[in-house]
Amino acid sequence: MKQFRGFVIKEFYHIFRDKRSLFILFGMPVAQILLFGFAITNEINNVDIAVLDHSKDATTEEIINSISASEYFSIDQFIEREADIETVFKQGKVKAVLNIEKDFSRKLIKEGKAYVQIITDATDPNTANTIFNYVTAILQKYQGTQNKSTEFPYQIAAQTRMVYNPELKSVFMFVPGVMTIILMLVSAMMTSISITREKELGTMEILLVSPLKPFQVIVGKVVPYIFLSVINAIVIVVLSIFIFKMPVEGSLFLLGLESVLFIVTALALGILISSIAQTQQTAMMISLMGLMLPVILLSGFIFPISSMPVILQIISNIVPAKWFIIIIKGIMLKGVGLWFIWKETLILLGMTVFFIGLSVKKYKIRLE
Amino acid sequence: MMKNNYVIEVKELTKMFGDFTAVSAITFDVKQGEIFGFLGANGAGKTTAMKMLIGISKPTAGDAKVAGFDVASEAEDIKKNIGYMSQKFALYDDLTVKENITFFGGIYGLTRAKIKEKTNELTAELGLKDLTDQLVGALPLGWKQKLAFSVSLLHEPKIVFLDEPTGGVDPITRRQFWEMIYKSANKGTTIFVTTHYMDEAEYCDRVSIMVNGKIEALDSPKNLKEQYNAETMNDVFLKLARG
Amino acid sequence: MKTIGFIIQKEFKQIFRNKGMLPIIFVMPMVQLLILANAATFEIKNIKFAYLDNDRTPTSRALLDKFNASTYFNVLTDYASGKKANSAMLNGDVDVVLEIPPYFERDLINEKHNDLGLTINAIDGATAGVESVYVSQIIQSFNKNLRTELMQVSDNSAKPVQITTIPSFWYNETLNYKTFMVPGILVLLVTMITLFLSGMNIVREKEIGTLEQINVTPILKREFIIGKLFPFWIIGMGLLTIGLIIAKLIFDIPIVGSLALMYAYTSVYIFVVLGIGLFISNFTDTQQQAMFIAWFFMVIFILMSGLFTPIESMPKWAQAITEFNPIKYFVEVMRMVMLKGSSFTDILPQFAKTLVYAFIMNGLAVWSYKKQE
Repeated sequence: MKQFRGFVIKEFYHIFRDKRSLFILFGMPVAQILLFGFAITNEINNVDIAVLDHSKDATTEEIINSISASEYFSIDQFIEREADIETVFKQGKVKAVLNIEKDFSRKLIKEGKAYVQIITDATDPNTANTIFNYVTAILQKYQGTQNKSTEFPYQIAAQTRMVYNPELKSVFMFVPGVMTIILMLVSAMMTSISITREKELGTMEILLVSPLKPFQVIVGKVVPYIFLSVINAIVIVVLSIFIFKMPVEGSLFLLGLESVLFIVTALALGILISSIAQTQQTAMMISLMGLMLPVILLSGFIFPISSMPVILQIISNIVPAKWFIIIIKGIMLKGVGLWFIWKETLILLGMTVFFIGLSVKKYKIRLE
Repeated sequence: MMKNNYVIEVKELTKMFGDFTAVSAITFDVKQGEIFGFLGANGAGKTTAMKMLIGISKPTAGDAKVAGFDVASEAEDIKKNIGYMSQKFALYDDLTVKENITFFGGIYGLTRAKIKEKTNELTAELGLKDLTDQLVGALPLGWKQKLAFSVSLLHEPKIVFLDEPTGGVDPITRRQFWEMIYKSANKGTTIFVTTHYMDEAEYCDRVSIMVNGKIEALDSPKNLKEQYNAETMNDVFLKLARG
Repeated sequence: MKTIGFIIQKEFKQIFRNKGMLPIIFVMPMVQLLILANAATFEIKNIKFAYLDNDRTPTSRALLDKFNASTYFNVLTDYASGKKANSAMLNGDVDVVLEIPPYFERDLINEKHNDLGLTINAIDGATAGVESVYVSQIIQSFNKNLRTELMQVSDNSAKPVQITTIPSFWYNETLNYKTFMVPGILVLLVTMITLFLSGMNIVREKEIGTLEQINVTPILKREFIIGKLFPFWIIGMGLLTIGLIIAKLIFDIPIVGSLALMYAYTSVYIFVVLGIGLFISNFTDTQQQAMFIAWFFMVIFILMSGLFTPIESMPKWAQAITEFNPIKYFVEVMRMVMLKGSSFTDILPQFAKTLVYAFIMNGLAVWSYKKQE
């Protein structure tokens, strides 16, 4: 036990002596979470629109004003011909064109309906869809004000309640995701590098013939990183709470425990990677290249998993990040206790055990 | 233009890292064709001094000229005229013997024909004819070392710098290595070699001994042994280190 | 100049001899492309929907049928009580709950107000907004039909004016996310590989000691750096080509614009990434440090590239930062050329900026490489 402690202390020295890496390990996550919390959003803002108004009457002017007044849109230019639409899209600045038909006012009053075509540049399909929905909503609202004077029979109304995030702040969705990514990548990367480094330098052999058991060697290497990652996690949570005003509806203590669990899962994954990789370079490439995109794309961080094809939904189940995101969102935004997230917790535990078990097996084979 | 046939001229050369003085105002000269031993314990400053002479480290103070060029301002010219074998025998482990020779030969501007000629010559001399396509990483240490030395001479430089070239090999291989050094010196190449093996000092024409960044002794091994009343260079060194 | 050839030769040999790395460089990205291209979609469908029908009349059932019929919603179940519904939402089983109050049909016919209740899981604010729109569209359409049935068709009764919006999605009529995501993900993968490889390269030589040996040779700094750039550039272009072939064959991505223009742009783009990598490599002492720094920039570049979230939506200061993000330009050019068929003059600003960026970064890489400390 004393040898083990000595070994762990040595590992701490290694880490703290490398000032540059230390700066990156602590500084980068902070910088990233600040950056992403403020910069990444699904909402649209001041999107440039062009207007092709075939009517140019009082009503169309009101419509155009209501759109330009909205914070979502900004009228960039007025075009006169259909042919201009293509030109304006090719230039790339304008994302949508409002094509208002002829005799708009007259049609609206006489026939009760008129059409506005919303032509969007759908090379970014998500923004295009959002633009369409928002413009429609604005026009509906305008329509509503026109219709306000008369009461219509048989009107069904719905009272909408947005729960867990009433102000629809996109930061609430992204911060848990960013936190997860950072913890996952850093932990997996750090451990896999640390261990393969010993392998490459040849000092691994020395460790293995020492009185320390192989299991102790690996755990000893990992322990300092648990501390580092926990500190990182704390910093990230504190920033989320104070700067982004993320609520913690549930128990902070539970959040802490679950975070430690996830960190251990990520570290275990790092250990597994190190058992397959021969060199540091390979370990790093696998940790980064192999994990970065799958974690970003399949964890539900940005893209809803339910929208993915079934096979991907199945694959996403093996991404530990997916489960942790559910846990964080649950605790912070929904305020749930262990009762609701026991399934996800158990899955993370299971994955950890699996990774470690597999690594031990691989290391045993090497030694024989 | 070289004065008095000196290929290396060093005057008050100093290197400081912050407050720490690694090399303190050393002064010495090396004649053409000499085998000059640059001795000292580990950490005495030998490698630091050598790095300045081969143009990869800028002096903090003092002057030095190698092959007639100033180390501070004409480093790149020096490099055309010298060969170097680093402490780590730096050849590429993941390239074959032939590929390493081709690479370094090419970097020094040898034509493909000349490279081919040299490859044959070298591999014959070292007995590596059958191993030209063997990865250097798979070679035993002694052979790697000899290969590295030969590679440093590919472009037939006037001076070759060897940094602890015999570290970690058995006495027989060390002996063979020094035979290669002699052969090269006989052709007129100046050899500047650092080592912490005091017995190798006997093989040199002249040696200097560095202690804590300063040169404490500079003469032929014979003279030094007389001066310090010692039987071996090792004893000379011990007397120096104590006194 | 000939020395560059020798460096290139050595680098290629080292890359292809590294049996462990080859699958990572070539196979892993393509596998990821195949799998992940299908993942990146904002299409809202299969919304987990449940209801509380406290009315249980033909009208309420007719309303619910509309949701059953909708492709957006996945009607899971009905709940007996609000408590159960809340609990289910907490558990993540359902995201949208519609509550039909008792006497809904009766009150509607008698023109008394009796509102429906809609609860939406708003953690993902944007999705919640869209879900809300979809629900109200279904309700409104149901409402219109119901009104027509209930009312006498007469011109005298007041009719609401209706402004109908018609969507037209150019360059991607079906709002196929893949059209956009496949090239995007390909770019990310190519960028990652080239950045990591170049970032680790010089540091590795530092760590094993061969860099010192090189520094004692008369090789010129620029010869060294150019020699290192070229093999990775080839790998980058190679990966791009394989990726584009996959994009066309397996995903049937349309390529509206000039492929030659895409290649021309990409060749400059890769130099920027490599320059950044080599620059990082010059400043770090260990491969670990190099990778950490490269990772830091990579994550920022990816998330702020405009590929997943629009740059126009970012605050001004963040948009200013994206000016230094090479991926942002690539995403713009790719969208414009591949999907819109833009010409060279259209992408001139991006091309010019990328070119300048390439010169600066590689210039920095050469300048920061010191043969003499």
